[in-house]
Amino acid sequence: MSHVELQHISKNFPGVTALDDISFDIKDGEFFVLLGPTGAGKTTTLRVIAGLGQQDGGTVLFDGQPIDDLPPSDRDVALVFQQYSLYPTMSVYDNLAFPLRSPLRRTSEEEIRKKVEETAEKLRIPHLLKRKTAHLSGGEMQRVSIGRAIVRSPRIFLMDEPLSNLDAKLREALRIELQHLQKTQASTTLFVTHDQIEALTMADRIAILNEGKIMQVGTPEDIYDRPASTFIGQLVGTPRINIYNARREDGTVFISDSELRMPVVDGSKLPSEFLMGIRPENIKPDPNGKFAGQVILTEPLGAETILHIQSGQRNLLSLVPGMTANRIGDVIKFNIAFEHIHYFGLNGERFNPTV
Amino acid sequence: MSTIELRQVEKKFGDLHAVKALDLTIQDGEFIVLLGPSGCGKTTTLRMISGLETVSGGTIWLNGRNVTWLHPSERDIAFVFQFYALYPHLTAWRNIAFPLQAQGESRETVDKRVNEVAKLLRIEHLLNAHPGQLSGGDQQRVALARALVRRPAAFLMDEPLGALDADFRESMRSEIKRLHVLQHATTVYVTHDQIEAMAMGDRIVVMSEATIQQIGTPAGVYYDPSNLFVARFIGSPGMNLIAGKYADGVIQMAGLDNRYAVPQDWQNTLKKALGGTSEIIVGFRPEAAQINDHGNLVGKVYASEMQGSSAVLHLTINENEIIHIRTDRLIPYPIDTLVHFDINPKMVRFFNPKTEAAIQPEVTQ
Repeated sequence: MSHVELQHISKNFPGVTALDDISFDIKDGEFFVLLGPTGAGKTTTLRVIAGLGQQDGGTVLFDGQPIDDLPPSDRDVALVFQQYSLYPTMSVYDNLAFPLRSPLRRTSEEEIRKKVEETAEKLRIPHLLKRKTAHLSGGEMQRVSIGRAIVRSPRIFLMDEPLSNLDAKLREALRIELQHLQKTQASTTLFVTHDQIEALTMADRIAILNEGKIMQVGTPEDIYDRPASTFIGQLVGTPRINIYNARREDGTVFISDSELRMPVVDGSKLPSEFLMGIRPENIKPDPNGKFAGQVILTEPLGAETILHIQSGQRNLLSLVPGMTANRIGDVIKFNIAFEHIHYFGLNGERFNPTV
Repeated sequence: MSTIELRQVEKKFGDLHAVKALDLTIQDGEFIVLLGPSGCGKTTTLRMISGLETVSGGTIWLNGRNVTWLHPSERDIAFVFQFYALYPHLTAWRNIAFPLQAQGESRETVDKRVNEVAKLLRIEHLLNAHPGQLSGGDQQRVALARALVRRPAAFLMDEPLGALDADFRESMRSEIKRLHVLQHATTVYVTHDQIEAMAMGDRIVVMSEATIQQIGTPAGVYYDPSNLFVARFIGSPGMNLIAGKYADGVIQMAGLDNRYAVPQDWQNTLKKALGGTSEIIVGFRPEAAQINDHGNLVGKVYASEMQGSSAVLHLTINENEIIHIRTDRLIPYPIDTLVHFDINPKMVRFFNPKTEAAIQPEVTQ
């Protein structure tokens, strides 16, 4: 396993800057997730690391050594894609053994058997080894695809949306398996996804990519608790963060088009106009709450319920545990956890009002 | 006003029994969700209600009128497909107006109704645009407006949000439900997404293998699933289901030394329900577990997930079974740590492993 570093990577396609000065490093044994919307440059980044696409500028280093001149086959990376690329006429066993039988690697059949069986065990597919892959379900095929990557120990695993084609229950199950595998093997992994929940749940660290630029790098907690911009705040977290235009007049903050106003916290420096972000779990119904609004919609999700609360023209999303007793039309009181409010300038960039 | 009633409705495609005889009564103004995995028969059921598919048996009643053999156009029901069914060469306005113009409505009526519905959906500023110029979410709003403008007796929606990305899906979900709250048109909504079903439905019809598994409110299917299928299918993650053996008020579970003392009020029920056997399945939702150093149950950390405002801990309790418990966000638990927990006895359910059915509590409790 390796420490992987990208330094000032840029890449242009005709008329488009696909990657614009991308730098980050993936530590040895780290589960690193690249998160961003479609077209952000996630897959292009992965292809540059794999050697499947040459960058126009910058350097990729494995353990401190530049690898830019190495062809893909010499980089010793293992890829897993959204589409399973298995050999349909071969058994699961032979598909798993395939990377080990490469003439470059010269592994004895006995050694291969041992590794294939170990891998099958880890992925809970020993019972499938004799099956032809054409006869597997989607979830089983993706397990085999992952197995084919982990059967050897490459310097880095590169995974491009491997769970996207699976149904919700399978995705959940494989997410857990992948995380467990990665942690127990301490394999350096780059995982590309547009799904924020995959990023939060699996990553040691996340890099947010948008329009070819790195917007923020941090742990899931960093990204969720301290989003660097409204874009990131809205990209991560469900239900979505509430973002409001706010203005300060002397000691009071007014949220526009609503009846919400609150005192400026002592010592904080707020501009006269800014954006305020409040995560739904920080709007808490409370019979003694300082604020009031009308429930206009309830969405029970099971463990939690989303309340849509209207104040003036504003719709606030509140996330409460369990099934709520509140009904549509109820006027309820609530509190806002001031200490968890996010402040952004009108340009969308986060600022700290107490500095 | 419209009620929809299905009496012993079934569908066969050759040898395939796509929908087995089912009964379903949908009240006026109700939002009903048909939920299930692909191939369960939910879309076929919807298509039979609309008249796009004939029935192989049974009858369909709208407002007490037998419409089983009426043409779709005679049923006065709007069908919202998984959209993108807009006419690309027509503006949003013309797309929305189309059904009214086809009915030969007057120019004034068309104008008035299109404007009303555009205002409701907040798309007034988009009316002159062509579908190709609109975002996915706006296209969906236009498609919805076109369905609404007819003021049909009932809406039938077949995975209308399926093609949207997660973000839009969430906001359109609440928008459709909000419209329903305002207009109260009877709606039958098909989806494979249990979160959508929970969030939107007044009642949910859970289907699997051409059969209704349960009809209930979101709280009903979530807290009191009728069988193992519903218990697993509803919830994210689904209900924890642990196999065990019941004797003398205690359930002994396989694997780690886990014993669950059955609350007094369940003991007679279980004894009766199980007859002479002892095999049982204990079920509880992830949020029913509370981590507690002196807890009676124990599992070994397999993985932990930060999910934003909360976290889920995945524990192995024996070789094959992983359970999920919901916790506050907390310090990470290293893999293989032993975690003790208790389960809230009010949230524990029991299932018969042979029939897979939930064991119902006695009414006299």
